[in-house]
Amino acid sequence: MIAVIDYKAGNLTSVMKALHAVGAEAVATSNPDDVFEAEKLVLPGVGHFSATAYLEEHGLKAAIEKRVQDGAPFLGICVGLQWLFEGSTESPNTEGLKALSGKCERFPEGMKVPHVGWNAIQVKESRLLRGVANGEHVYFTHSYRAPVVNETIAVTEYGQPFTAAVERGNIMGVQFHPEKSGAIGLHILDNFVRLA
Amino acid sequence: MTLTKRIIACLDVNAGRVVKGVQFVDIIDAGDPAELAHRHAEAGTDEIVLLDITATHEGRGTLIDTVKRTAKQLFVPFTVGGGIRTVGDAAAIFDAGADKVSINSAAIARPELIDEIGSRFGAQAVIVAIDARRATQSCDPVSDAEVFASGGRKSTGRKVVEWAKEAEERGAGEILLTSMDADGTRAGFDCELTARVSEAVQIPVIASGGAGNAQHFADVLLDGKADAALAASIFHFGIADVRELKKEIAKRGVPVRLPC
Repeated sequence: MIAVIDYKAGNLTSVMKALHAVGAEAVATSNPDDVFEAEKLVLPGVGHFSATAYLEEHGLKAAIEKRVQDGAPFLGICVGLQWLFEGSTESPNTEGLKALSGKCERFPEGMKVPHVGWNAIQVKESRLLRGVANGEHVYFTHSYRAPVVNETIAVTEYGQPFTAAVERGNIMGVQFHPEKSGAIGLHILDNFVRLA
Repeated sequence: MTLTKRIIACLDVNAGRVVKGVQFVDIIDAGDPAELAHRHAEAGTDEIVLLDITATHEGRGTLIDTVKRTAKQLFVPFTVGGGIRTVGDAAAIFDAGADKVSINSAAIARPELIDEIGSRFGAQAVIVAIDARRATQSCDPVSDAEVFASGGRKSTGRKVVEWAKEAEERGAGEILLTSMDADGTRAGFDCELTARVSEAVQIPVIASGGAGNAQHFADVLLDGKADAALAASIFHFGIADVRELKKEIAKRGVPVRLPC
């Protein structure tokens, strides 16, 4: 069972639908007990980084940390990817999971923000992006972006390069929305769902 | 790697069916929204917009049901507009499976609605739609273009560029700019007006109204500085095939997504 973590930041309908479409058994939950019991975790998110404070306040962060240490595959989407880092200038007082080093920042002045639309990804070999070709287009919508780090498995450029996807062991994240990226997005979710 | 320009198919829905009026009359039935949305997405359209064109005259029930059915098998971005007046209305639309809402008359009547939806669901979830008409009496018809409300029926006295800027300041994520002068003509988008608005704001602008052929799309995405272009009838009635259209505008130097 996959726990899709509901931290009251926007709706989960699209993510749930896409997971079901690739045959996953997924439940949306705000209950840490469900997180402890889930085989895999998905942390979706559109909206403001400050919303992730809910995770700590409701015991979800501790539950996620424990499951991730135990080796449960984790996929953060959009703000869910950003949360893997130390934090974001969008909400300086909200700490991320700190699984990855670096901070998320707003796109530089002079660029249209949010970065909305289909952009290409430059990919490295990884489990999450198995079968995804270089230059595939996926759908983004965000105003803040994560730096390129050692764990980056896909880079996109908007003004400058930023992290489109990360993977380190069982910890994974995508800045784009696989649930809104057509067939290639469903393929990526399917890769995650089929991880042993 | 470049952010591609989006080609958006718009479904005008009346009582649960996609319709297309020619200058607001002669409404022609174009099919089932869920079916059409799916077909457009498969064909390579980057995004789907569904507008309930008679929302003011009906209850919300029909729309919610239509949104649910349409969103069910749709895995590209999906925007819904028409008759959204409160955060509660927007929440119901998101719950039904939409990714963004488009607000128009209600935002003109009460601009705080933009702030309210934006702060709850994020800027990326709010599109402010502007129906614009050139000010023919003015010596600068483009700069003085006026905003119309209620599906283009009500003059507001607001200037388009100023209203677009206010929408941005209040937290809109995108502007959907429809030229009422060009709408339905298939003679091309209003590139000049689109460029004026696009240069005035730092958020993406979707151009709408006047799409007839590939050249029109290329023009508004290049000269009109639009980030996306939207059309309705030319897609539904098979006048333009989106993949062919994208190939054509790619040749003219517009970055587009060309899925295989």
